[in-house]
Amino acid sequence: MNASSKKPVVRISDLHKSFDDQIVLNGLNLEVQPGECLGIMGGSGTGKSVALRHVIGLMKPDSGQVEVFGREVASLSANELRALRRRVGYVFQEGALVGWMTVEDNLALPLRERGKLSEPQIAERVAEALETVHVIGAGQKFPSEISGGMKKRISIARALITRPELVLYDEPNAGLDPEISRSINALMREVSEKLGVTSLVVEHRVECLRRVADRVLFIHEGKALVDDITASFFQPSHPRLIAFLGHDQE
Amino acid sequence: MTPDYLPSWWPQLLTVLFAAGVAHAAWNNAGPRALLEEAGSRLMLLWAVFACLHHLPKRRAWLLSQVRSAAISNLYVVSLVGVFIGMIFALQAGIELARFGQQDQIGPLVAAGIAREMGPFITALVLASTYGSAMAAEMGTMAVSDELTALEVMSIDRVSLLVLPRVVALAIVCPAMTVISDMIGIIGGGFVASAQLGVGWDLYLDSAITSLSGLGETFPVPKDVFGGLFKSFCFGIAVALISCASGISARGGALGVGRATSRAVRDATITIIVANYFLTWMIYR
Ligand SMILES: Nc1ncnc2c1ncn2[C@@H]1O[C@H](COP(=O)(O)OP(=O)(O)OP(=O)(O)O)[C@@H](O)[C@H]1O
Ligand SMILES: [Mg+2]
Repeated sequence: MNASSKKPVVRISDLHKSFDDQIVLNGLNLEVQPGECLGIMGGSGTGKSVALRHVIGLMKPDSGQVEVFGREVASLSANELRALRRRVGYVFQEGALVGWMTVEDNLALPLRERGKLSEPQIAERVAEALETVHVIGAGQKFPSEISGGMKKRISIARALITRPELVLYDEPNAGLDPEISRSINALMREVSEKLGVTSLVVEHRVECLRRVADRVLFIHEGKALVDDITASFFQPSHPRLIAFLGHDQE
Repeated sequence: MTPDYLPSWWPQLLTVLFAAGVAHAAWNNAGPRALLEEAGSRLMLLWAVFACLHHLPKRRAWLLSQVRSAAISNLYVVSLVGVFIGMIFALQAGIELARFGQQDQIGPLVAAGIAREMGPFITALVLASTYGSAMAAEMGTMAVSDELTALEVMSIDRVSLLVLPRVVALAIVCPAMTVISDMIGIIGGGFVASAQLGVGWDLYLDSAITSLSGLGETFPVPKDVFGGLFKSFCFGIAVALISCASGISARGGALGVGRATSRAVRDATITIIVANYFLTWMIYR
């Protein structure tokens, strides 16, 4: 690999963010290399979702930089931000499917809006996506008519359907049973290995991160407390991380 | 009518002063910034809708489904309200006319009153309280459940996808429903005219239709009917715009959706009433 392709896809340096007087991020640093899958762990409410929202430009830093594909997100114009977002997939913690569209329309929506593919091509992609996330026979249903786990899988399919270069997953395993979790994790692994997609995975479940992440970062009090390759991350030496992982370890 | 010491335009002056008073009160209540921001954001939204009008062919499926649900869900309410408005109107006017032995004039009076004023006004109010509130709740739910954020992240223009079809749908449905409500209202007036005032159906309908056929000066179309339809076209746009805007700005779960919904109905009602005066003034001054 040459030097330019070695530039990190995401680089967050010294990111600070507070809401009113609540300090959420307090000097967060992280880098994600091309093709890498970085896991982010941390207690509930430590600002993991907030960090992801900065990467996609939904929030602006109080101070510090967030660079994606080598461009500082906060300084992009509306058009540039739109162009950047088209290269990124985002899996929302709550799914965030459009409630008044069927599952198939939800998946087709980003493709239709881009207007690059014909309707038959879109239908083919949608069918393919439904198969990859193991949702069969629910294409004509509305999001309110399918289970939480199914919504999650559809929302993963929606994020991947545009073939993004970077995918941000916010708790992809939440609400899934162990079997589906395993297949979703296998899918995530496949996406990052076979397609070379860079990923950022926020997740509490040790099993998920062990399986998909190359490196894991532990956020504590608004900072990256531990940042290590997956194998040694789960052999922790830091007392705070040992306390966090607890019996989940075994 | 106007006393000598007042200028002839004193009603307009009075209205403007009154409106200024109300605006002042609202200003102090909500705070000037909030008020200006809200008005500003709605105007911006209207502008954004105009800017993406050319996306309409792409949105025809959603437009059609909006038109269908707005029309179907409100047809019976508009009809029911329309027939009673016509009857009330005929009864009130009939009592006065009968005192002067002029009940034959009931047809033109009811027709003009309904086509100019009651038809557009009542239809818009019904649409605001039924369909406008539903629209605000729908958009509000999308806003509080990250759906709008998801659209933003996918670089999908929510004005073009969500607001445009709704605004255009109501711009079509509101006048269309007004036509229905006008017709039903005039028929309702006819019941009262024939049953209670002893005016025959033939005379009633003939005189009503003749009076409605009067052409305008600026545009050679039946003025009362098209003046009323122009008003309801504007009301339809206002209702959709206000409902979408307050839905989009909803924050904070189910409570926020509820607040957005009631704000939408309140603001749409006020806007319809105030706009009605100015539109009427514009058309009939
Ligand atoms: N838009 C916002 N306005 C105000 N406070 C916010 C906002 N978004 C997040 N917060 C606060 O920031 C903190 C971090 O939120 P965040 O959603 O990032 O947590 P998280 O690490 O993703 O937690 P979880 O694992 O439960 O999803 C929370 O305390 C939350 O109250
Ligand atoms: Mg979160």
